[in-house]
Amino acid sequence: MRSPTRLTVVLLAILLLLALFPLFGEKFYVQLAAKVMIMAIFAMSLDLLVGYTGLISLGHAAFFGLSGYVLARFAPQYAAPSLWTSLPLALGACAIFAAVTGLLVLRTSGVYFIMVTLAFAQMLFFVFHDTPLGGGSDGIYLYAKPEVKLGEVALLDLEDNQVFYWFVLGLMAAVYLFLRYVLASNFGRALVGIKTNEHRMRALGYSSFRYKLANYMLSGTLAGLAGYLAAMQFGFVNPEILSWHTSGGVLVMVILGGMGTLHGAVLGAFVFILLQESLSNQAWFGPLAKHWQLALGLFIIAVALLLPRGLAGLAQWRNRHG
Amino acid sequence: MDFYSFLIQLLNGLQYGLLLFLVASGLTLVFGIMGIINLAHGSFYMLGAYLAFALVSSTGNLFLALPVGIALAMMFGVGLEWLLYRHLYARDHLYQVLMTYGLILVFEELRSLIWGDDVHGVAIPALLAGSFPLTDNLSYPVYRLAISAVCLVLAGGLYWLIQKTRLGMMIRAGAANREMVQALGLNIKLIFTLVFAIGVALAAFAGMIAAPVSSVYPNMGAQVLIICFVVVVIGGIGSVWGALLASVLVGMADTFGQVLLPEYAGMSTYVLMAVVLLWRPEGLFKR
Repeated sequence: MRSPTRLTVVLLAILLLLALFPLFGEKFYVQLAAKVMIMAIFAMSLDLLVGYTGLISLGHAAFFGLSGYVLARFAPQYAAPSLWTSLPLALGACAIFAAVTGLLVLRTSGVYFIMVTLAFAQMLFFVFHDTPLGGGSDGIYLYAKPEVKLGEVALLDLEDNQVFYWFVLGLMAAVYLFLRYVLASNFGRALVGIKTNEHRMRALGYSSFRYKLANYMLSGTLAGLAGYLAAMQFGFVNPEILSWHTSGGVLVMVILGGMGTLHGAVLGAFVFILLQESLSNQAWFGPLAKHWQLALGLFIIAVALLLPRGLAGLAQWRNRHG
Repeated sequence: MDFYSFLIQLLNGLQYGLLLFLVASGLTLVFGIMGIINLAHGSFYMLGAYLAFALVSSTGNLFLALPVGIALAMMFGVGLEWLLYRHLYARDHLYQVLMTYGLILVFEELRSLIWGDDVHGVAIPALLAGSFPLTDNLSYPVYRLAISAVCLVLAGGLYWLIQKTRLGMMIRAGAANREMVQALGLNIKLIFTLVFAIGVALAAFAGMIAAPVSSVYPNMGAQVLIICFVVVVIGGIGSVWGALLASVLVGMADTFGQVLLPEYAGMSTYVLMAVVLLWRPEGLFKR
């Protein structure tokens, strides 16, 4: 093992602070922080595609929403579903959807990939919006959070605000470590190789399509995990979670934080959600709060034009010049 | 379905498809020639529809509103290209997606600030308000036929512009080899600005003539944009003729889907796209 780097120390300190937060934070902020961490899982899953494989997906909401809808459909009307069955079911659905659409979308690349991923996410939007499967534009309510039981003993009470927060924090840390491990493995190195020079990787004997498909499935499944948690937190699902604004938003998070770093995706989720919350805060911006997307849009345009490496790049730039 | 109902749906599908072509052709031209993926292209369609609403309310006549609207849209396109898009030609698609996504948010909020969030209607001009009787109780509106006719004329005009004129030659040359065209002393920047403005004007024009039949409502651009992506993917990126064929295919799939399988109609165009992708991953007409 290498000695801990500065990054490891910083990340551990942040983890500790996050773990202590519910002990003194107000309920509203604890919930908001849980939302940020859920979106951070979502953004990390997309970073796997955008940052590490160079595949720009504009349809990542498909997995996020699909997983939520599977949970809502599976849950009994007024009772709590079991986490042990509903979570694998939701993640399995995402993995299968990723495998099937992946076979099609990965035949394309570049700008085609952007358009086709968007189109497939939109298809899923219509599946849940129009057919009896999804409950129309109102969506479906989830009256109880999933139960975590071993035999008859309840292990975690996810209805509890703090327990839910720690549950999400644990999963976010687990996803981060898991992805670090995956990306350091041969598989991860092959992915980066494909991003840099796919022809060379193929010439070296790597079946690049299989690697991309496996990565696409992994990414979709992790996005599904975020979608499952989000549906659980909000207590309802509606077609909005499948819409392309969700896909666009998470892409903004990844780019904002600096892609291809994982912790950049977490930072991006944090900044994006906080920006969203403060711009739409009526106490601060009054009547303009209703039009908060105007400021958000201008901010995104400015980032695209002025900050090619996102906010993380801004820090690097300062280190070099400051 | 008897013959006349079938004919009506066929004409509806054709009209919807040709209208999509006006929007999709701009999208595919801008991508094919400048290499820009423009998510905000649907907003230009929305802009057109709202311009039609505003100008018809003030002038009372769609025929007067059209030239004014097109001129405004052209100017808007030139300004936008000069101010923002120009800086993204050499950049990765990722930043083009990012910036144009931000633009959509800005346009939607500006629309909300200027025109509010209500659904508006635009009157069909009196000259085209009638309908052709088909049987005792079925008839077909003249205005929809007029839309199809105008779109066909514009498609022909676009063909003529790109294939037969000197400007078209420069546009094609610019798409094939940008540096060479510059070395030959042509002002490629001006050509790009012009192509972008034409794309904006085409989409806005589509929005203007569609306003009387589709009404004018928030977020109308997003829906059109995504369908146009499907059109461009099916037709092959950069191919105007592919876009024409794909538009009509998508128009038909959507229209007949809504008649035959109403609950699944939203998906029909995407299923069509999946089939085409399986068969030809680069679209029907690869450039």
